[in-house]
Formats: sequence, structure tokens, C-alpha cells
Amino acid sequence: MSKFGNNSKKEMPGLTTSSLSDIVFMLLFFFMVTTSMRESENKVAVKLPEATEIAKLERKDLTSYINIGPPVKHLQAQYGTDARIQLNDSFKTVDEIRDFIAAERDAMSEADRQFMTVAIKADENVRMGIITDVKQELRRCSALKIMYAARKNAAE
Amino acid sequence: MAKKTPEINSSSTADIAFLLLCYFLMTTTMGQDSGLQRRLPPMPDKNQQVEDQKVNRRNIIVVKINSADRLLAGNEPMDVSQLKDKIKEFLNNPANDPNLPEKSPKEIEGFGVFEVSKGVISLQNDRGTSYQAYIAVQNELVKAINELRDDFCLSHYGKVYSKLDEEKQKIAREAIPQNISEAEPKDINKR
Repeated sequence: MSKFGNNSKKEMPGLTTSSLSDIVFMLLFFFMVTTSMRESENKVAVKLPEATEIAKLERKDLTSYINIGPPVKHLQAQYGTDARIQLNDSFKTVDEIRDFIAAERDAMSEADRQFMTVAIKADENVRMGIITDVKQELRRCSALKIMYAARKNAAE
Repeated sequence: MAKKTPEINSSSTADIAFLLLCYFLMTTTMGQDSGLQRRLPPMPDKNQQVEDQKVNRRNIIVVKINSADRLLAGNEPMDVSQLKDKIKEFLNNPANDPNLPEKSPKEIEGFGVFEVSKGVISLQNDRGTSYQAYIAVQNELVKAINELRDDFCLSHYGKVYSKLDEEKQKIAREAIPQNISEAEPKDINKR
């Protein structure tokens, strides 16, 4: 009849798991909001050059990417090791940039077009010749806002 | 007596949510792109006469990078690490040296009259220059200008550029403009 004696007969209450789903859903929404799907497969190997004075890109949805670099390992047998331009999903020549820019521009709303940025993601070992060609072509298409993609210097 | 409706078993919602969560965890890329932002000059008009803009010799500094990634700034060869100070000296011109760029007073909205340097940095490169060297030089140029802006902000507002509000940043940008001209490519030696 003691106060503490009959505790052992009581069943242990089950752990409530009803809030577990809420927590998981919260995490899920976080990742759903922050995620951005990779649109294209990289066909060129790009190791960005280092820089310290970099600025972050504000509007990712208004950015078109031009990748420049040597083809990745398993494509080298077919395409060689010379630097090439990749737009969307395939190798392109400098002349095809015009169509690419026009297509990207069409996909944007009228108001956003002036903020369109072209990010040049080039490997650090490519020569400036190809980049100059790309730049000249961009000037011809009057896509003047560009960004040289770079990564933050690890030492600082 | 009416039968009680049985509760829906919700223990599996957590499993479903976990599954979705794992999917998004796998596919997500959080990396944000960053880099050096530039504005290209518009293409010159075809019917417009090619006319060299008369820029006073003292107002221009030519930075050249050759195919061996060697640097020439203002007619003297130098290392990338020296470039920043050279540019700062060029744009600042504290002693009003007649060989360094002139300054012209300019009315800046919300600030007053400020002696804005007319200096222009002209960056020229060869087709054989490596991208890495090019970006390193671009980076030094931006660094020089950023440090000048910081100096300007510190002496007038007591804070560095990045800590100021948008309006004051705009004033600093007008006081220390970023005049980097990426010259028309010249066919120095075709590769």
C-alpha cells in the first residue's frame, strides 16, 4: 500500500511520434524552397579561377551560363582536349551564341530582360582567345552585363 | 449509440515525408554563383566613323598582359602584386602630379562637389593569355578601386563601403568610378 510500490505494474507509455512528421515536413519545405535543380549536365571540365573581390550573383533566374573548358574525360576521345564552349547541353561554336542569347531572352519577361546577366564559367587554363571571341559575340548581341565566374580564394 | 469514427493512422506520413526529404537533399545544390561583374561596351555603330576618342595621354593607364602572362602597366613591367598600388597611385594622384590623371570637380547629389579622377584603366590582352592571369589582373584592378572607395567612405562617413547604406554607396561609386576599358581585341599574333 505504499505510494511507490505499485509502479512496476504500470505500462510504459508509448513514445508519441505524431510530431515527428511535422518536423520532417518543416525540413522538407526548407529544402523544397532552397533547392534549384541542375538543368544541364556538364560536358566541359571547369575549374574556376580564384579571386578575392567577388560579388554574389543576385538573380539566378536571370542568368545564362556559358561554360568554356576542355571536354570531360570520357568525351575527350571524341572531342579532343581543346577548350570548347558548352551552351545548355551540347557543344556549340561561337556563332551559335547569338541564337542561345536570343532564346534565353525570349524566355524572360519583358521587364526582366534588361537585367539579364551572362555568366562566363571558364576553366582557369583556357586561353583568352576563345573568351575574347565570346565577349565580342556577346557585344554583338548586346548582352552587355557579364560576370566572370570565380571562386573565393581559399587562403583568405 | 453512434459508432466512433476510427482515427486515421498517420504514422506513415513521417515515412513519406522522409522519402521526399531525402530526394530533395540529394538533388539540392546550395552553391551560389559568384564572380566579377562587368559591363561590356556596346558594339560601335557601323555607320559611325571610327574615331579615336581623344583621351588625354595622362588620363590613361595601359595594362597589358602578354601570351606568357607577363604584365606591363604604364610602360613598366611588374608583378601582379605590385599592380594594386600602381593603380591606386594612378587614380588617387594625391600630389597632383602632371603625369597622373587630372581631376575635375563634379557635383554629386547628396554630397556636394568632389574632385573626381578622370583616370581610365585600359586592359589589353593577347589571345594566348591564360584566363587565370586575366582574372588575377581584373581582381587586382577591382581591389584597388574597392580600397579607394573604402578610404573615401572611411574619411567621410567613418565606415567602410560595405557597411554603408545604398545611398551612400552610390555616392562613393560616383566619387570613385570604375573605369576599366576592355580594349578591342587586337590581332597581335594569331594562334
